[in-house]
Amino acid sequence: MTIASKTPLTAGTKRLISLSTVLPWAFAALFLLILPVVFQTSSALTIMNQMAITIVFALSYNMLLGQGGMLSFGHAVYMGIGGFFAMHVLNMVEYQGLWLPLPLLPIIGGMFGMLFAFIIGSFSTRRAGTVFAMISLGVGELIAACSIIIVVFFGGEEGISGDRTMGPEFFGMDFASQSEVYYLTVVWLMIAAILMYLFSRTPIGRIANAVRDNEERAEFLGYSQRNVRWISFIVSGFFAGVAGSLFAVNFEILTEENLNLATSGSILLITFLGGVGFFIGPIIGAIVFTLLQTVLGLYTEIWSLYLGILFVASVMFFPGGFAGVIAMHRRPLSLGKLHLLTGPYLKVAIPAVTSILSLAAVLEILFHKRHGFAGDGAMSLYGITFDSHGYQALGLAIVIAAISLFLVSRITPEIKAAWDEANHAGDDQ
Amino acid sequence: MALFLVNILDGLVTGLLLFMLCSGLTLIFSMMGVLNFAHASFYMLGAYFAYQISTVTGFWMGLLVAPVIVGVIGALIERYGLRRVHKYGHVPELIFTFGLALLIEEVVQFFWGKSQMAYSEPLALDFAAFSIAGNSFPAYKVFMIFMAMGLFLVLLYILTKTRIGMTIQAALSYPETVQNLGHNVPLVFMCVFGVGTAMAGLAGVIAGPVLGTFPGMALQLGSIVFVTIVIGGLGSLWGALVASLIIGWLQTFAAAYNVAMEDILTAIGFTKPENIWDHPLQDLWTLTLPQIGPILPYLLMVFVLVLRPQGLMGKRET
Repeated sequence: MTIASKTPLTAGTKRLISLSTVLPWAFAALFLLILPVVFQTSSALTIMNQMAITIVFALSYNMLLGQGGMLSFGHAVYMGIGGFFAMHVLNMVEYQGLWLPLPLLPIIGGMFGMLFAFIIGSFSTRRAGTVFAMISLGVGELIAACSIIIVVFFGGEEGISGDRTMGPEFFGMDFASQSEVYYLTVVWLMIAAILMYLFSRTPIGRIANAVRDNEERAEFLGYSQRNVRWISFIVSGFFAGVAGSLFAVNFEILTEENLNLATSGSILLITFLGGVGFFIGPIIGAIVFTLLQTVLGLYTEIWSLYLGILFVASVMFFPGGFAGVIAMHRRPLSLGKLHLLTGPYLKVAIPAVTSILSLAAVLEILFHKRHGFAGDGAMSLYGITFDSHGYQALGLAIVIAAISLFLVSRITPEIKAAWDEANHAGDDQ
Repeated sequence: MALFLVNILDGLVTGLLLFMLCSGLTLIFSMMGVLNFAHASFYMLGAYFAYQISTVTGFWMGLLVAPVIVGVIGALIERYGLRRVHKYGHVPELIFTFGLALLIEEVVQFFWGKSQMAYSEPLALDFAAFSIAGNSFPAYKVFMIFMAMGLFLVLLYILTKTRIGMTIQAALSYPETVQNLGHNVPLVFMCVFGVGTAMAGLAGVIAGPVLGTFPGMALQLGSIVFVTIVIGGLGSLWGALVASLIIGWLQTFAAAYNVAMEDILTAIGFTKPENIWDHPLQDLWTLTLPQIGPILPYLLMVFVLVLRPQGLMGKRET
């Protein structure tokens, strides 16, 4: 009795690199090349560079959290270490005549990030979960505290700075202009992202997933869970170091801030918001976070409060992050029922946006009331100027919020029904 | 000798304060297997609530009411937040409490701003209790020692001698069996979480006047608290006590004795380089004990983890 498999065996017959995996990368590369033509201002270039660095850093972080199941509270250490070493090498290029073209600098920074990950990983990767998290926190605090004491290396409180233009020219570029640095950063972004993607496809990357899901079973298969984690940790340290070097090249200064707990925490936030379950998650997270930081930061003082609320809400209700929410729609799409959702989504959009804006208005008015200068009650919000100390504006905001939330709660069952219908495979209409 | 005694007492105050936080954290950890990253944030909330209450009714009312409010908030967060995340596993739980810590810091800044609050000890305790060779010891610190010790004894009594304590202990080890015996285990968990956070809140109430009530106070103590319970051994109450005292004394003595590396190196036989500020080893030569005081707990943690991964008194390997 043999049962014929529905799908014929394809192992070994598939092309090594299929068109469908190459295409997104090609599009991404093209997109990155065109981007500076569209946004030419210096500040836009700075934001895009910042984004690219954050993407590399977040991807390397997700190698631990998403692919290896290691929650780290001290990943900024490896980025910072890589950056500090890169900066010292940069200074050696300037003062001691070391020959090193700037585009090769991230390799050096990466190597040092890797070295530190090797040393620290030797004792921190024995266990995953809570214990790993606590050790990473302790080590992170240790290095951050050391950075103030060891002035020769970390430069004390003012940090260390350098000049990226002093090295040998690289094909006629001296990297004095922002756009040249942009292309350097973006080329490294593509290299790092492709390498990290390929790493997740290698057998060791797959085993890292296995250890994440069930370390005992992986051990029974003959893999040492500690070594598997250690290898992921070392590779992740390399790419964090690359990100740090890119930071050194872009901003030409590194301080204690680059390796402290706050930076480690924000990369966790970025990666989680983007979605740890997907390779693209951290990329989305880094882009959204940088945009939120720069745009919201312009308009409101309490943007980090909104970010905190968004983060906690995401952990509670959407543990898959942005990428997870998008991926939830794959099934309706493949069933061809995505159109069932557009109606309810459009219907809920207006009350939902109104409720968010009005709740934000309540917070803003309260904040202004508490912290505004004495006697100065005038504030403007959404283009309207009013007195924040009176009760009219606050009351109005609360009433609008209540009404819109009520409307959202009325539409929710409809969305749920549409969602169930859209995910229903059978065609019983 | 007199200075030594004063430092012993000061270290005891710091250590016991740490223990008030660590005991709640350890209790919650051994119960749910989740380290409450936001534990120090509840400590901060305690200090702020007590400050707010003390502006109206004075210090003592704050001491009574603020921990209760913090405990209720903690229990509500367990019921409606943590329990929801619990089904995803331990790592998401840890991320949740981390997010909570961020959020609480932002909320505190939202209401009270970034500057330090004028929260001070009560007038009734604002005198020197005794003095050792000219070093006076404030009565408030004596009060802190007694509060912390009293709390520890009450906790020990409840956990080991009462029926409630027995149920809690049983629920820690065999939650399902205890559930089958007719106890409401989720309620027990919620209460323990509430009591643990209330203890952190109490620690905040009595530490706020001494260490300062400002938005960074959670971060300042938070990571030390985690280091302490890792050193003591995750889930071990006695280990937490020992580690808290060790770290309290370590920090106090490191801050009090100005031992310079320069003296040690000269004593061994090295000569100090002429132009020290250009020397590659300048940091080694200018290092002093108070300078490295803040990193000693972290160094100790790394040593403990390398030499004894389960912590000083932990049973399972960490």
